[in-house]
Amino acid sequence: MAQNTRTAPVGTPTDVTQNHVKGGIGESTLRPDGTLKVTGEFAYSSDMWHEDMLWGQILRSTVAHAEIVSIDTTEALTMDGVYAVLTHEDLPAAKNYGMEFQDTPVLAYGKVRHHGEPVALVAADHPETARRAAAKIKVEYRELPVITDEASALAPDAILVHENRDDHHSGHVPHPNIVHRQPIIRGNADEAAERADVIVKGEYTFGMQDQAFLGPESGLAVPAEDGGVDLYVATQWLHSDLKQIAPCLGLPEEKVRMTMAGVGGAFGGREDISMQILASILALRTGKPVKMVYNRYESFFGHVHRHPAKLYYEHGATKDGKLTHMKCKIVLDGGAYASSTASVVGNASSLSVGPYVIDDVEIEAIGLYTNNPPCGAMRGFGAVQACFAYEAQMDKLAAKLGMDPVELRQLNAMEQGTIMPTGQVVDSPAPVAELLRRVKARPMPPERQWETAGEGADVRALPGGLSNTSHGEGVVRGVGYAVGIKNVGFSEGFDDYSTAKIRIEVINGEAVATVHTAMAEVGQGGVTIHAQIARTELGVQQVTIHPADTQVGSAGSTSAGRQTYMTGGAIKNSCELVREKVLEIGRRKFGSYHPAWANAELLLEGGKVVTDGGEALASIADVLENEVVEIEEEWRHRPTQAFDLVTGQGDGHVQYAFAAHRAVVEVDTELGLVKVIELACAQDVGKAVNPLSVVGQIQGGTTQGLGVAVMEEIIVDPKTAKVRNPSFTDYLIPTILDTPTIPVDYLELADPNAPYGVRGIGEAPTLSSTPAVLAAIRAATGLELNKTPVRPEALTGTL
Amino acid sequence: MRVNFTVNGRPQEADDVWEGESLLYVLRERMGLPGSKNACEQGECGSCTVRLDGVPVCSCLVAAGQAEGREVVTVEGLADYAQHREDAHPGGACGTGGCGTGLDEAKRWQAKPAQDSQTGEGIELSPIQQAFIDAGAVQCGFCTPGLLVAADEMLERNPSPTDADIREALSGNLCRCTGYEKILDAVRLAAARQERQGEAV
Repeated sequence: MAQNTRTAPVGTPTDVTQNHVKGGIGESTLRPDGTLKVTGEFAYSSDMWHEDMLWGQILRSTVAHAEIVSIDTTEALTMDGVYAVLTHEDLPAAKNYGMEFQDTPVLAYGKVRHHGEPVALVAADHPETARRAAAKIKVEYRELPVITDEASALAPDAILVHENRDDHHSGHVPHPNIVHRQPIIRGNADEAAERADVIVKGEYTFGMQDQAFLGPESGLAVPAEDGGVDLYVATQWLHSDLKQIAPCLGLPEEKVRMTMAGVGGAFGGREDISMQILASILALRTGKPVKMVYNRYESFFGHVHRHPAKLYYEHGATKDGKLTHMKCKIVLDGGAYASSTASVVGNASSLSVGPYVIDDVEIEAIGLYTNNPPCGAMRGFGAVQACFAYEAQMDKLAAKLGMDPVELRQLNAMEQGTIMPTGQVVDSPAPVAELLRRVKARPMPPERQWETAGEGADVRALPGGLSNTSHGEGVVRGVGYAVGIKNVGFSEGFDDYSTAKIRIEVINGEAVATVHTAMAEVGQGGVTIHAQIARTELGVQQVTIHPADTQVGSAGSTSAGRQTYMTGGAIKNSCELVREKVLEIGRRKFGSYHPAWANAELLLEGGKVVTDGGEALASIADVLENEVVEIEEEWRHRPTQAFDLVTGQGDGHVQYAFAAHRAVVEVDTELGLVKVIELACAQDVGKAVNPLSVVGQIQGGTTQGLGVAVMEEIIVDPKTAKVRNPSFTDYLIPTILDTPTIPVDYLELADPNAPYGVRGIGEAPTLSSTPAVLAAIRAATGLELNKTPVRPEALTGTL
Repeated sequence: MRVNFTVNGRPQEADDVWEGESLLYVLRERMGLPGSKNACEQGECGSCTVRLDGVPVCSCLVAAGQAEGREVVTVEGLADYAQHREDAHPGGACGTGGCGTGLDEAKRWQAKPAQDSQTGEGIELSPIQQAFIDAGAVQCGFCTPGLLVAADEMLERNPSPTDADIREALSGNLCRCTGYEKILDAVRLAAARQERQGEAV
């Protein structure tokens, strides 16, 4: 029934992924969507087009915190080409949504709580008409004082960002403006501190980073004849969206059919809902297909950011360099709505020690509600901020002890068997000391690379580059190291599973497999790997990747480095079940011809059923003939536990990932300009299912860490809580000129608990990259530098 | 207003174009050529880079009317343009006018399956397109069309670029996924292959 009402727009991803990839596990197979992407034919969510479609536009609040006195849509409604103008009064059902807490309004009602919050909605026949109509909507605000930091949030008479909380954390938090608080107490930090010969303390500030994916939030909602809606959208998790969208539309989930449209990057920024509900409401209201595409300005308001943080750390060590204790307090600013703040708090606290052995710790992490932009998931998810601080502390400690900073880290490095501050035993390889050794052992890039024979300086190789600000005078070099630990997959008892539907059939005389999952391909290369797994497990050459949609069970989120592990694991598992079925059919048909059908271990290889001795018994095509085997199964990793709310104890994480960096920088000390010369990474990936993708992920993650070290920050005015730089003119991400060579050295120490031994890859390099660059700049300048990003004024003393 | 121009070697006319519409909007929404991407629409990211009379421009910053009577090459026409580079340049992707995508065809644009995505078998790709695939320079791919147009133009001007040349030429194109290393690899690879091809001829 559902399928019959479906109306496919132009550019439907249905066509996109029917491509064939060659190569199995461990090979650098090329992307199945590569050709489409280089020819401009790949259908991204903003490329969808439908006959007779309208354009949706959001009106966003111009103030951060205010009561809404009135909204007047009269003038907008009378404009030619305008089909609908909606406010919260027009919402069909639930007014709020949210991943962990349902605290986010679809359209603001009563109050706005942050700058850029959606207030009203327009559908028109041209995007410019829609924009102009939105500008004609008159909203009267009565402004309220803004809460922008810990002091204003926790003041005794503080205004509450959410007056009537009833979420699962509201009962235990010490203040209603705290989303979640996670302490971890292990051993006795005060007693252990007495054994310390040196103690270092530090306060660190981590700026608000943006995912800045290039493909804007966008999609197409098509109203269906059965009263439902077909939604084509770029997201990280179709089923999580579906759970949030359906109640807001007042529709059962089966009437909201979602298909993944091409995704132009994500990095956590598409975990939360953006335009999904709004476009659907407009489509249902107007009876026409509605396309929505955020422009870049809007995109900065349209997704959550990385939590800015204040981190207070104390470490002690004996004079031979052994860490005695650690105390820390981490304050994460969650902004106006919860998003995944509570989980980020859990991560920040449980990973706050870093990849080190410290038996006595006293940890507290809190996430705040403020009137700043909402923050949630971004690559590294709470571990990034902590890594920035604990790695700065390691350098401080090394300096005070007169030790080599890498040696100090290696001396205290965790390894397999180490007990985490949560009490969890690290039960798979943890090659922290080895990763550091590898980046340190790498030959250094040559000094003064800007010097050219006889022609003076090539300014392009200097800080400031083509701006020709220096010819090498005042340029100093520094080298810095860092290492980090990141959890993989969803933690704290979350029922983290993935589903894969695998089909095998004979087409044109050849056995062909189809892999159908709801996994979001956001650029990471999952589609490549899924075919590699199916090809390896089923021994077929031809594998088709079915488009991701909600016609199959959930794959969970493309985040937390979990998809190769989880959906890869689900595919492996379902393939194994399919293989059993194929062999069953074979035994039934051919079992009487050859005793090996009953006696031998049978494999599927090269399109054939073969014995473990290598003897071919039959081709898969002959076994199957007209039969089709199809299996859809959920697959789970081993369970985790919630952290105790008082002690923080619990086996909360599934797996850990480790990466180390060495940064080499040159700093123009006169102008405060930094040039990163090289940013070498060593990482344990468990098993490189696709080495080409592995290296690409590590280099990409490293570059995002470099960005936050030297340029990236969403700047929020502390007096008004308004965002000052929502554009690519003012929010800077690294260009090819800002990015150095990134040599990658990866280890493959299998995790015995993971499919093929894989370890999540995408996140860990984002952790250590930032502190390594900061350490290098400190080494070059001798400055303390406790804040990201490092701006020129921090280097020249003109702050 | 009506705008007459040539896109990927094929004369086109667009009707009812509003004066404020960008060339990018006309290409994407009226011509059905969504290959040029809409990432920032303010000339900062380079995702919408096309060639206008041979010169790489951010098509989001070009008013559609400015394209009147001129030649536009988008990523969709890149392979064709590269094939006809010698006789077509400057100012035309296809000397005969028989190449590129016709308007009717363009309006019916669909994301098509590739016959063999690995090798591009059965699909003519320009050397730079093939090199991006081979070097693993494509991840989410949203920056790819703009980078390809910019890189192809640089290789036309400078067939043996140094790394510094490549970095300079591509500094107007943001990529958020790759860390640029593999993009550099791809451009080096395309240059090397072109050089070898040149020697062979």
